[in-house]
Amino acid sequence: MAIKDKMENNLTMMKKLLVFTVVMFVFGYAMVPFYEKFCEVAGINNLLQPDTLTQEQETDTARWVTIELDANTRGLPWDFKPLQRSVRVHPGESVEVMYEIINNSEREITGQAIPSYSPRFLDKHLKKFECFCFTRQVLKPKEVRQMPVQFVIEPTLPKEFHTITISYTFFELPVGTPAISEK
Amino acid sequence: MAAVHGDVHGHGHDDHHPTGIMRWVTTTNHKDIGTMYLWFSLAMFFTGGFLAMGIRAELFQPGIQILEPELFNSFTTLHGLIMVFGAIMPAFVGFANWQIPMMVGAPDMAFARMNNWSFWLLIPAALLLISSFFVPGGAAAGGWTFYPPLSTQGGLGVDMMLFAVHILGASSIMGSINIITTVLNMRAPGMTLMKMPLFVWTWLITAYLLVLAMPVLAGVVTMLITDRHFGTSFFNAAGGGDPVLFQHIFWFFGHPEVYIMILPAFGIVSEIIPTFSRKPLFGYSSMVYATASIAILSCIVWAHHMFTSGMPTVGQLFFMYATMLIAVPTGVKVFNWTATMWKGEMTFETPMLFAIGFIFLFVIGGFSGVICAIVPIDIQVQDTYYVIAHFHYVLVSGALFALFGGAYYWLPKWTGHMYDETLGKWHFWLSMIFFNMAFFVQHFLGLAGMPRRIPDYALQFADFNMISSLGAFGFGLTQLLFVYIVIKCIRSKEPAPEKPWDGAKTLEWTHLPTPAPYHSFETPPVVK
Repeated sequence: MAIKDKMENNLTMMKKLLVFTVVMFVFGYAMVPFYEKFCEVAGINNLLQPDTLTQEQETDTARWVTIELDANTRGLPWDFKPLQRSVRVHPGESVEVMYEIINNSEREITGQAIPSYSPRFLDKHLKKFECFCFTRQVLKPKEVRQMPVQFVIEPTLPKEFHTITISYTFFELPVGTPAISEK
Repeated sequence: MAAVHGDVHGHGHDDHHPTGIMRWVTTTNHKDIGTMYLWFSLAMFFTGGFLAMGIRAELFQPGIQILEPELFNSFTTLHGLIMVFGAIMPAFVGFANWQIPMMVGAPDMAFARMNNWSFWLLIPAALLLISSFFVPGGAAAGGWTFYPPLSTQGGLGVDMMLFAVHILGASSIMGSINIITTVLNMRAPGMTLMKMPLFVWTWLITAYLLVLAMPVLAGVVTMLITDRHFGTSFFNAAGGGDPVLFQHIFWFFGHPEVYIMILPAFGIVSEIIPTFSRKPLFGYSSMVYATASIAILSCIVWAHHMFTSGMPTVGQLFFMYATMLIAVPTGVKVFNWTATMWKGEMTFETPMLFAIGFIFLFVIGGFSGVICAIVPIDIQVQDTYYVIAHFHYVLVSGALFALFGGAYYWLPKWTGHMYDETLGKWHFWLSMIFFNMAFFVQHFLGLAGMPRRIPDYALQFADFNMISSLGAFGFGLTQLLFVYIVIKCIRSKEPAPEKPWDGAKTLEWTHLPTPAPYHSFETPPVVK
C-alpha cells in the first residue's frame, strides 16, 4: 500500500475516534436528564412533588408516633423554625404543622427548602400534600411568613419506629432560578 | 505466535535528529517518547510515594503527630490522583510507545506529532497538581474521587486539580487514538489480529476503554467547574442538582478506569510467562475473549462503588451480580497463566518472579474484590481499610508488579545492557515482603472497622498500623533500589546478548537487534 493511502486511512480512523470521543463527552451530559427521568419513574428521591392520596387511609389508633421537626438555613440571613418542636400522632392521621421564616436582611431573597428525613426510607411512608418546599419562597426585607406542611404518616411505617424526624434546610437561590418543582 | 520469516535488519541507519534537550522536546520517535513517559511516571511514582510515606508516618502511631488533618487529607487525595493519573497510566503508555510498533512490525506510531503532544501535556498537569500544595487553601483534600460537595467548595487547589485532570484526560485520549490507529492500520503484512502478541491486544482494548471513559470524566469535570464558577447546579442540591448524580457519572468513568490500569498489566504478564516457561501461551484466543469480556462488563458495574448511596435493592442486586460475573473471565486468565507454566521448562529470572508474584497477589486482590462486591459485606467494609487493602493488592502488586516485570524483561532490548540479576532478585523479594507487610494487615484493620482517609485512629488499631507503616517504609526504600538498578543497567559497559531470553517469540526479539535501533521496521517484516 502506498504511504499516502496509509496516512489517509490513519486520518479517517482518527476522525472516527474523535467523533466517538465527542459522543462520549455528550453522553456524560446526557446522563443528567436520563438520571432525573430514571429517578422520577422509579420514584427515587421524589421529595419535592406533592403526593395525592390514592385510597382512604385507615388510622392506626393502636400506636403513637412522635414527629420531631427540625429547621436549618445554609448561607442565608433567615430565621427559620417550626412553631412546634414535635407532634404526636397516630399513623394514618392527617397532620398539619406550621413553620416560620423571617428575613433579617435588608434585601429581597429567594430561598428553596430541601427536606431530609430520618429514618432515611421515611419518604416511602410519608405522603405530603402541601409544603413550602414545593415552591421557592421570596421574602422581602424583614418579611415574616408562616407556612404549613400537610402530610400523613402511613400505617405501613414499621412498628419499631416510635420517633421520626422531618428536617428542612433553606438554601439561597440565585436570582432568576426557577424552583425545582417548576422546572 | 506464528513462525516469523524475514531478515534481521535495521543496522547502520542514519539518525538525523537534534541533540541535547531539543532532541527530547521535539522528538516524534516512539522510542524517545516511550522513554520520556517511563521516566515521567517513575518521577511521579516517587512523588506519590513520598505522599504515601507521609500518610503512613502519620498513621504510625495514634494521635496527630506530623500532618495536620487538612494536610493529611490533601496527602491522601493527591497520593491517589498522582499514582493513578501520573504514575500507573503514563507508565503503561510508555510501554505501549516502546513496544507496540516493534511488536506489530510498524516503523512508528500512527500520529507521531500527536504522540509528542500527548507526552508534553503531562508536564503542565503534573506541575499543577504538585504546585497546588503551595497555593492559599492548599491542595484538593476531598479524596481522589473528588465528590461534591467537598469539590464544589474548596479553594484554588481544587481548580488546579480539576484543570490537571482535564489535561491528563486529553493526553490519554490522544494517546489511545494513536494506539488504536497504530494497531489497526499499521501492522506488518501477515500480522493478523489473532496473531498479535497479547500485550498489543490488551492495549488495543484498553485504548477503546479510554476513549469510552475519559470523555465522560472530562464531562463530569466540566460540570464541576461550571458548578463552581458559572452558577450551574448539576450537583448542588439547593439549585435542584444532586451530588449522587456526580457519583454515578464519575464511576461510569471510574470503573472502566480500574480495568484501564490492569488490562495492560495482564498483557505484560502474558508475554513474560510464556517466555520463561518456554511454552506458547495456553489458550491464546480465550485470553483475547476474556480481555474483551472484562472490558465490556467493566462498563456495567459502576454502582458497586455506591451501594450505600440509597440505591433500590434491585439496583444493588444487579450491580452485585454483574460485578461477580467479572471473576469468570478473570479466572480464565489466571487459569491460562497457570496452565502455561504447567510442565514448562521454567526459569526464575527477575521478570518471571514479578510475573508470578503478580499472579499470586493479584488473585488475593481479586478475591477481596469479590468479597467487596457482596452488598451486605460492602455496606460493612465501605470506606474502611479493607477497601484500601483490596485496591492496593490489585494496583500495587497487580499493575505495579507487572510494570516492574515488564521493565526488567525489556530493559536489555531498550538499553542494550543487561540489568544486575542479583539486585533484581533482591528488588523483587524485598518488594514482596514489604508489600505484604504493609497491606495484608490492612484487611484486618478494615474488618475491625478502621475508616480510611482519617489521620487518627482508636487505640486498638495501633499494632497493625505500626506493622503496616514499617512495611510501607520498607517498600518505599526498596524502590530506590529499582532506580539504582535501572541507572546501573543504562551505564553498564557490557553489551547484552542479542536475545537474553531464549523463550521470547515476539518480533522485537526475533527480528530486531539488541539494543533496538532508533528506527526500526521501516521495511515491514513479513509475518507468516
